Amino acid sequence: MAPPNNRRPGFSRRAQYGLFISYMIAGGGVLVGAVLLLLSMFNPPAYAAVRGAFSELVTPIASGLDWTRRGISSVPGGISGYFGVRGENERLRAEVTANRVLVEQARSTTLENRRLRQLLKVRDRAADPVVAARLVYSTASSTRRFATLNAGSWQGVRPGQPVRGPNGLIGRIVEVSPNTARVLLIQDPESIVPVRRLRDGLPAIAAGRGDGLIEIRSAGAAQVLFEPGDAFVTSGTGGVFPPNIAVARVRRRSRDIAEAAPLASPDSLDFALVQQPFFPEAGPTTGGARAPEAAPR
Amino acid sequence: MSGSPFAGLGKADTSARARWLAPLSIVLGSLVTLAPFKASFPILPPFGLMMLLAWRLHRPDLLKPWAPVLLGFADDLVSGQPLGNSMLFWTVSCILIDVLDTRIVWRDFFQDWLLAAGAIGFCLIGGRLVAAPLGAHVDTVLLIQVLISIALFPVLSRFVSRLDGKRRAR
Repeated sequence: MAPPNNRRPGFSRRAQYGLFISYMIAGGGVLVGAVLLLLSMFNPPAYAAVRGAFSELVTPIASGLDWTRRGISSVPGGISGYFGVRGENERLRAEVTANRVLVEQARSTTLENRRLRQLLKVRDRAADPVVAARLVYSTASSTRRFATLNAGSWQGVRPGQPVRGPNGLIGRIVEVSPNTARVLLIQDPESIVPVRRLRDGLPAIAAGRGDGLIEIRSAGAAQVLFEPGDAFVTSGTGGVFPPNIAVARVRRRSRDIAEAAPLASPDSLDFALVQQPFFPEAGPTTGGARAPEAAPR
Repeated sequence: MSGSPFAGLGKADTSARARWLAPLSIVLGSLVTLAPFKASFPILPPFGLMMLLAWRLHRPDLLKPWAPVLLGFADDLVSGQPLGNSMLFWTVSCILIDVLDTRIVWRDFFQDWLLAAGAIGFCLIGGRLVAAPLGAHVDTVLLIQVLISIALFPVLSRFVSRLDGKRRAR
């Protein structure tokens, strides 16, 4: 192929200066980009407003695409459901009779549990749901793991609120615009969730690895052995995530640091549930009211 | 139409629609990330960057040297990378391609592909170093992403020349 010589301006001074100036502008753009990059590394939510405005524009498109995908992917299930409904009916009837005993047991256990908690004067904080909304798209080409929720500050979503699905923890809100919110998924390399082992309450930290898995680090004593199948739930430490939301399950036997698979997949999720932070940051009034109660006398 | 054998002579053999179609298709490439699946690791090729490189290598005269600054800004708003990332890396790689253009004179598609491969690798690895902490376990998936993107580049290059369309005299 012949050389593409289109950038050579010839002998015209005007064209030469024009080219020179456009390269100067490009160089200036590089500098501006570098400065913005430095600023956003030191203060990640610095450009939340700009991103939020753009996200307001594109999230309706993404919601439409998401709706289409759900519609198409529900077709095979609909067809098989239509033909399999008879067998399913019989199976479910058998399951109901089998579960009746279990439900009775669970009911009595719950009652007993409530009575014991009342005896202990444990104060339960119910984590109130803020809104149920869909995750519509994620940053699939980036090494960061953000997803966009199609509900925002007009629906009551605020930064810092935890997001969960039916199977477990999804992440937490980091940026909010009027109708959209950006969720930091627990798979993100900068996400950290305080957890405990379901079996014995061993405290640990679940940090995202960036490749879809989660790293479980023991928070306390050294030489902790993680067995495959160990399930971890949020511990409620730190006050952001409510306790007892499933987070991850260990895949391989290892010491001190184990890799685990998250239990909730943001992709197969129908609705994400945004909740209030477990303990909201103490304001001057609530902090003042609570202090004498907790102070040693 | 006129039947004259000299009908197309003297006219530019480039299409006028590329002026607006190129930026539009690059921004649309950036918006591919709106595809409705929620990836748990970086797997989607950076279509915005690949469209930019395809246009740049296909029509070197088309985009101004400062165009990647604005296009990169649009990409940063949706990509999830920190703002400024694509503005910086896209512009630097376009300037480097301009510099190399003055060195490599005769050119075939494999050299274009090599240039694009270098630019894709530079932008993705640079973005990884900037965005994710060094200890993150993203390097293997990032390598796979880079390889997929490089392998897909000829497809986008053909697509861009199809979009450009009227590059033959009529």
